[in-house]
Amino acid sequence: MSIFEYNGSAVVAMVGKNCFAIASDRRLGVQLQTIATDFQRVFKIHDKLYIGLSGLATDAQTLYQRLVFRHKLYQLREERDMKPQTFASLVSALLYEKRFGPYFCQPVIAGLGEDNEPFICTMDCIGAKELAKDFVVSGTASESLYGACESMYKPNMEPEELFETISQALLSSVDRDCLSGWGGYVLLVTPTEVQERVLKGRMD
Amino acid sequence: MECVLGVVGRDFAVVAADTSAVQSILVHKTDEDKVMVLDSHKLMGASGEPGDRVQFTEFIQKNLHLYQFRNNIPLSTAATANFTRGELATALRKNPYSVNILLAGFDSDVGASMYYIDYIATFHKIEKGAFGYGSYFCLSLMDKLYRPDMSVEEAVDLVDKCIKEIRLRLVVAPQNFIIKIVDKDGAREYARRADTSNSPSDAATVTA
Repeated sequence: MSIFEYNGSAVVAMVGKNCFAIASDRRLGVQLQTIATDFQRVFKIHDKLYIGLSGLATDAQTLYQRLVFRHKLYQLREERDMKPQTFASLVSALLYEKRFGPYFCQPVIAGLGEDNEPFICTMDCIGAKELAKDFVVSGTASESLYGACESMYKPNMEPEELFETISQALLSSVDRDCLSGWGGYVLLVTPTEVQERVLKGRMD
Repeated sequence: MECVLGVVGRDFAVVAADTSAVQSILVHKTDEDKVMVLDSHKLMGASGEPGDRVQFTEFIQKNLHLYQFRNNIPLSTAATANFTRGELATALRKNPYSVNILLAGFDSDVGASMYYIDYIATFHKIEKGAFGYGSYFCLSLMDKLYRPDMSVEEAVDLVDKCIKEIRLRLVVAPQNFIIKIVDKDGAREYARRADTSNSPSDAATVTA
């Protein structure tokens, strides 16, 4: 079994009209065994920037701690929050530093940039950035997620419709993946508010 | 075949572990204490490579005491758990420890809490958990029988059911267990469970 499939994960982010949504599953497993059903994979960097980390859970936690550290230093020095594009470059650099002994994570970054323009990107475990205008996926359920998102996505969705779409895409994809699931966690971010919701899907 | 399991109840946490020290086919001893009392209100149940287990848990215990000496205040359970996780994570890509840990503690502001920290430093706060082959039997038992505000008797009863299942269904199962509890009155040994039914524990040369 691959090291990326050790814990099991599914993360997806989608762009809507002046908003974005980022979602993940909630399972923490150790290969075939489920340890917890409330594991957090999407983390806040600042009010308008979130990162979802799929892959090996320990590396996701270590990487998140390093990123928060770097962002807090940035905030102290620059006296402002990081732009999503800048943060994506930071993550990419941190990952490539470990080119020959990498963190086994695939990040999904989602944020509202200048003029509240939504920004999403993903990268592989050594920091190869992939910008997208519509949606990005990662994790053990990524193939299913690609299919589900491609068919369900429409550009310029309003927040409510975006939430519905990303939830359905996530739940239907993790249902076809034994290593991810046990519910979903969806964060919908608009320029004025952040909505967190926990989804109940097939609890297996 | 080592098993460590733990359960959080109403203002207390219980951590149990088997007490066998085994190397290949040899049983070194049957009364090895694998649940270390870190300080007055913390328990650390550990399983894994014997040398790593003892060295790492003692390392955490001594660092905890050092913090208390320096700062005149004990570290909270959450902080201890995060420190432990940090040490495992730092060592992971250099000289990894093969120790799985269930850390339980009682803080006056938060109550009882338990943390799952596996050997690759995966960190998660849990209410019920288990490590080892025994976990395949215990976790589902706990899922069925655990309730969030169990009393001490109910929690120990659940642990006893898990022990019974391990003894019955695990090949080369450890027979003896130690159960420790941590609550507002501190961390202490609660009970030992020894199976005296079949095999004799004395050496063959002991005169009857």
